[in-house]
Amino acid sequence: MKTVIFGATRGMGRALARLLAERGDELVLLGRDPAELEKSAKDLEIRAGGAGHDRVGTEVCDLFDRKAFGSALDAAVQRLGGLDAVIVTAGVFGTQDELTDDADLLDRVLVADFVNTVHFCEEARLRLLESGGGKLCVFSSVAGERARRTIFLYGAAKAGLSYYLEGLDHRYRGEGLATICVKPGFVRTSMTAGLDPPPFTGEPDAVARSVLRAIDRGRPVVYAPPIWRWIMLTIRWLPRAVMRRLRF
Amino acid sequence: MDRRNPGAGREQDLVGWGRYPRARGVEVRSEDLESITRGASLCRGLGRAYGDAALPARGAAPLAATPLADRLLAFDPETGVLRAEAGVSLETLNRLLLPRGWFTPVTPGTQFVTLGGMVAADVHGKNHHVAGCFGEHVTALRMRVADGRVLEVTDESEPELFRATLGGMGLTGHVLEVEVRLERVSSPWIWRERTRHPDLASVLEALEAASAEWPMTMAWIDTTSRGRALGRGVVIVGRWAEPDEAPAQPPQPKRRFEVPPLPGLMNRSTIRALNAAYWSVMRPGAGIEHPESFFYPLDMLRHWNRGYGRRGFVQYQVVLPRAGDHAELLERFQRLGGASFVTVLKDCGEAGRGTLSWPKPGTSLALDVPMRGDATQRLVDDLNEFAVERGGRIYLAKDALTRPEHFRAMYPRLDEWQAVRRKWDPEGVLQSAQSQRLLGDAP
Repeated sequence: MKTVIFGATRGMGRALARLLAERGDELVLLGRDPAELEKSAKDLEIRAGGAGHDRVGTEVCDLFDRKAFGSALDAAVQRLGGLDAVIVTAGVFGTQDELTDDADLLDRVLVADFVNTVHFCEEARLRLLESGGGKLCVFSSVAGERARRTIFLYGAAKAGLSYYLEGLDHRYRGEGLATICVKPGFVRTSMTAGLDPPPFTGEPDAVARSVLRAIDRGRPVVYAPPIWRWIMLTIRWLPRAVMRRLRF
Repeated sequence: MDRRNPGAGREQDLVGWGRYPRARGVEVRSEDLESITRGASLCRGLGRAYGDAALPARGAAPLAATPLADRLLAFDPETGVLRAEAGVSLETLNRLLLPRGWFTPVTPGTQFVTLGGMVAADVHGKNHHVAGCFGEHVTALRMRVADGRVLEVTDESEPELFRATLGGMGLTGHVLEVEVRLERVSSPWIWRERTRHPDLASVLEALEAASAEWPMTMAWIDTTSRGRALGRGVVIVGRWAEPDEAPAQPPQPKRRFEVPPLPGLMNRSTIRALNAAYWSVMRPGAGIEHPESFFYPLDMLRHWNRGYGRRGFVQYQVVLPRAGDHAELLERFQRLGGASFVTVLKDCGEAGRGTLSWPKPGTSLALDVPMRGDATQRLVDDLNEFAVERGGRIYLAKDALTRPEHFRAMYPRLDEWQAVRRKWDPEGVLQSAQSQRLLGDAP
């Protein structure tokens, strides 16, 4: 698979890129910091050494510089000589308290996780359709499923993103472009370091394995760890009056 | 994902592998080890040190957790020289590189350790009598020293700091990257042979004889048998299999079982039963063995340390120069009510480059002891007095209970090491719970 990953230097993106590299997929990494991209590309090349492909490309791409999305993707496609999949794990996180107290951080979260991720996906969609379809896999969050008092600012951006991704899948699946919306629950990464891990906490490697399965099968929505599918099903059906009393 | 405050920590209870003692502290986790080591008091990897070596010191700055810094940065398939971030686990290296014919030149008894931890404890393995410690094979370290600078440290550029860091328990500076020369192996499988011996003296004799011929040797002994059968045991030797005797397929990772949280199951009767069962299972024989079951038999049981319950356990590992002294130590151990299941003997070669490295010529004995408060403290004190008298010394990566005066008597190069440490960290920023207990570091 010829794959572009935006956000592969850390967390779940790093774990997913390793699985792809170890099975021999061709990769181009997009990210903001050239030195970090270089180190991650080298890591993936060494890991892939046994799998046949040992070149991983990099292109600088900043989630806050949306004018550069198109050219970064073009460079990646050219390098890969085609395009089968685009994966987006990049984003910005803030807790409810942090976002309540800091309007600038809130602005960054809303712009990065909703506005600019949508812009990036639009650019990716054009190029995937041009090469005959493929997979667009984007990391949203269970926080975007139902508004909860403890995480609704970050959740609002992710809710918007999930909404967009569902529409994208409805519109273009018939043309060969499958959109995969990943909804991780609490996963033990540096993003969540310092927060109290709730029950059903996931590990990045396990999440990456279920996401990769979903990409291969073109499943439109994937919860990770999988138990969150049932947790969110319950939460979605809770009456508003009950939701208001929930403390988490 | 970006976080304004990457890996901001919260205070929590931390323990080592022995689950004794507990210490409260803040552990900051991030892929960006270079950032989180700024001002940190200590790095902590996968927490496999048994006692308080990787626990926060009282009143000290936060710990930097290394496991997310796990990228391989360079690997030369001609020479086998690997450079990687300090949080890479040995399990990762084995999974990726063993099928390609490369293995770490020295491995401890678990693969759930980080490269940084292997440097800090200057780990040894079944091949110590020929390969020395891990540090003998380290060619360079990238370190953040206490004043904040990031330096490339080698035996040429900064010999004092380099040698004080091998086995320096993370107290001389934060190891960010490790460069090490891996070993080319003839196949990814092990040829293993096992012999049984009726008492401790014959085990020691067989172990010594085996080490003259085999690159990997160790012995397991039964610490609960008494009288003439005291220390009966199994000598296990091995070498990398030749391609024509090994299976064509590389070994697949072994299935692992999880030990659930349980009340402590290990007491004198269960330990005696386990010893007897292990003795009868360990039949003599020879054959091809999976590298994981050869090097890491206990890794098959995830969280096996839970078998000792909430009170935890301590491991007492001591190297004694003279072979006759082990029986005496074991008798003392039994007299004081000690019983141990995972009891391992290993003959050590020459001491290595690390100023504070643990192994020295002699034979190491490791005992796992359920933690029973003051009685266990008295047991360790007694064994330590005996060890000091016989020129032995204990291993810091295992220790939780040794007293400063015993430690000082065991490590003649301690002052030299402390002088290097003070030179690179005059204000005493780098500390651990262990350094406060043993080295007199002030909170």
